[in-house]
Amino acid sequence: MASVPRYWRNIPSYYRLVGSKCRGCGRTWFPPRRCCPICYSRDLELIELPTEGVLEEFTIIRTPPSGFDYYTPYVVGIVKLRDGTRVLTQVVDCDVTELKPGTEVVATFRRVREDGDFGIVMYALKFRPKR
Amino acid sequence: MRKVAIVGIGLTKVGRHFDKGLRELFYEAAVRAIEDAGCPEIEAIIVGNMCSSSLCDQDSLGALLADYCGLCGRAAFKVEAACGSGGVALLTGYMAVASGLYDYVLVGGVEKLTEATTREVTYALAKAADADYELFYGTSFTALNALIMRYYMRKYNVTREDMALWPVKMHENAMKCPHAQFHKRITVDDVLKSPLIADPIRVLDCAPISDGAAAVVLCPLEEARRVSDAVVEVAGIACSTDYMYLAQRPDIASFTATVKAAERAYRMAKVEPRDVDVAEVHDAFSVLGFIDIEDLGFSRRGEAVKLLKEGVFDPGGKPSVNPSGGLKARGHPVGATGVYQVAEVALQLMEKAGSMQVPSPEIGLVQSIGGVGTTVTVAILRRVK
Ligand SMILES: [Zn+2]
Repeated sequence: MASVPRYWRNIPSYYRLVGSKCRGCGRTWFPPRRCCPICYSRDLELIELPTEGVLEEFTIIRTPPSGFDYYTPYVVGIVKLRDGTRVLTQVVDCDVTELKPGTEVVATFRRVREDGDFGIVMYALKFRPKR
Repeated sequence: MRKVAIVGIGLTKVGRHFDKGLRELFYEAAVRAIEDAGCPEIEAIIVGNMCSSSLCDQDSLGALLADYCGLCGRAAFKVEAACGSGGVALLTGYMAVASGLYDYVLVGGVEKLTEATTREVTYALAKAADADYELFYGTSFTALNALIMRYYMRKYNVTREDMALWPVKMHENAMKCPHAQFHKRITVDDVLKSPLIADPIRVLDCAPISDGAAAVVLCPLEEARRVSDAVVEVAGIACSTDYMYLAQRPDIASFTATVKAAERAYRMAKVEPRDVDVAEVHDAFSVLGFIDIEDLGFSRRGEAVKLLKEGVFDPGGKPSVNPSGGLKARGHPVGATGVYQVAEVALQLMEKAGSMQVPSPEIGLVQSIGGVGTTVTVAILRRVK
């Protein structure tokens, strides 16, 4: 169920790709974590992750979950950001026949969905091929 | 810890049950299992279920089912680990009996999916993923598995046609499974021509949307020996979890949680992968069948396709994998699936599997996956003479 506070508290990650950097081992994570699963440090800081990267894997969704019919078909993929952090995201503004692992992509601010006729409109960073 | 045995089994046909709700469906499986066990005094009921709340408006599932089965007053509750709920139900029941807290425990699973629209079911099942950071972006559960399938095919140079062999074999196996959802052979061509859901996953790569209920009765092994001559011991059981967010995993051609749970379960049962005679593995999508076989140690990495082609995992093979037809063709009533698998492997070990019986198995394995390898339970069952 969508709620305003639930959306609002995740806005830093949705709008600016805020993730976590472990001060113990230097690894970065998206979404943010409080504990590092590799070195077990609890000393992590929030950082803005790079907004450019490379598409590693993708799929075209043709049967969507409810709420996403308007956008169907759409591309969801795993992007490896410049610093090595991987994110799951939508890839937009693209010719799907030209997408392939290795395509360079850059973040772009987009609408994600509307919560019915009277609910909030949600936005987030998606990615598009770099031109 | 006490040793634990399975002494009663009850199954319903997997498929569409428009005439039965959660309670009626569960009742059918529960009563069969209890009668099969010789009507012992059941002290606790553990129910594996995923979607009762989101699709049937029903919480307090344990109490509802206990009441309807004439077991009001007993300890009863639902356990949930998405599509792996059945596996963790078995683990919970095992803990209850092994610890000495209860002697007779009914472990069941029930799911009603077929009355919701495909969009609603897709949304409900996608809750197995990270709601805030995966589902939020419109990622369906099938889409996450599509990413895995592409990655696996590229990493091991496997063709789309090869992947289609899995559902073809599963539909063949299910021809002999009386409670299977499908009794219909399919061809590689059928798979490749079925509609795309999330590229490269097509309809016939996916386990179907199903209703179903299954139940088993657990009790201490010593007690089981007194009442029955066909006794199956839960010789090893373990559960492991993985990173929730798929993109954080370094290699998505394997489920670390399966590897860890299997290692622990094998060690507990003092057996090795080559000792397993029959296995029911969690093949919600074609690619998972191959990954499961490799993660469980039945094949080297990247070679499951080759071995499958050679017929190594056919009924009577070593091990026989999914003689029931698996999730693909027996069907996948998500929270009940793990309990179906336990029941099927136990029936094999008791040599009561009828037309799908494989020749005299002694060691069986069950793998139950929740989410995209996020929660995995592996159990080793052993025939006790
Ligand atoms: Zn660290």
